[in-house]
Amino acid sequence: MLDTVFFYIFAFVTLLGGILTISRRNAVHSAISLIVSLVGVAGLFLLQKAEFLFAVQIVLYIGGVMVLFLFVIMLVNLDEAAKLRQFNKQWWLALAAVAAVGALVYYFLRQGAPALRLAAPVTPSGEGNVETIAKVLFEDYLLPFEVASLLLLAAIVGSVIMAKKRV
Amino acid sequence: MLYPITTTHYMILSAALLLIGTLGVLTRRNIVIILMSIELILNAVNINLIAFSRHFGHVTGQVFAIFVITVAVAEAAVGLGVLIALFRNKETVQADEIELLKW
Repeated sequence: MLDTVFFYIFAFVTLLGGILTISRRNAVHSAISLIVSLVGVAGLFLLQKAEFLFAVQIVLYIGGVMVLFLFVIMLVNLDEAAKLRQFNKQWWLALAAVAAVGALVYYFLRQGAPALRLAAPVTPSGEGNVETIAKVLFEDYLLPFEVASLLLLAAIVGSVIMAKKRV
Repeated sequence: MLYPITTTHYMILSAALLLIGTLGVLTRRNIVIILMSIELILNAVNINLIAFSRHFGHVTGQVFAIFVITVAVAEAAVGLGVLIALFRNKETVQADEIELLKW
């Protein structure tokens, strides 16, 4: 019962933050709304018994990515951009397409709803969520894990070269 | 009267967040906000992965959510690097004013 209440609270926070993110004129307000939305998503992770991802979401997204966004917003002068038109000319077409896809997704989810009752939590035994994830990550998905480190290295080098004054 | 939450609830929420992000990518002119909308889309994917991880009682979904977060962080870093380089050369952050490759 309490789960239901918390789900609706976090869902409301997430969607409200998302809508504010794409509708604000000032980019800093958008970033703060995005933080609100990400906190809502983190709460949903906690509700789904994914404690490790909850921590990752807070530390990495809200602590890391959002600071990066705010740095860039302050580095790039957005004062003139805030005075201009915020939406492009095809906004009505995009809105219609998104509404159509939304109606379609909603229809099919309602069709399949009886098959999707929530199962029991992932880790019923004494083992914690972090341990379970670590076992799967380092046994079954060791190669993708190592490849991810290569991806991060490429991203670091790439972004440093992009942002350098002269290559 | 409160019904228990099912995986369908999470899927509807995730679809709604994904559509909000898509709308942001398709309609906004400011590139910074387009990048933020991409983050929203990736978070919608993560909600879905976690919901199905719980639904099937297996943590593989959570492991893949970690990979999605890794890719999202790399994408944000590279995207913002490109944005800084672009602003230095073109003095604009409006997506529809960057038309070098347009015919």
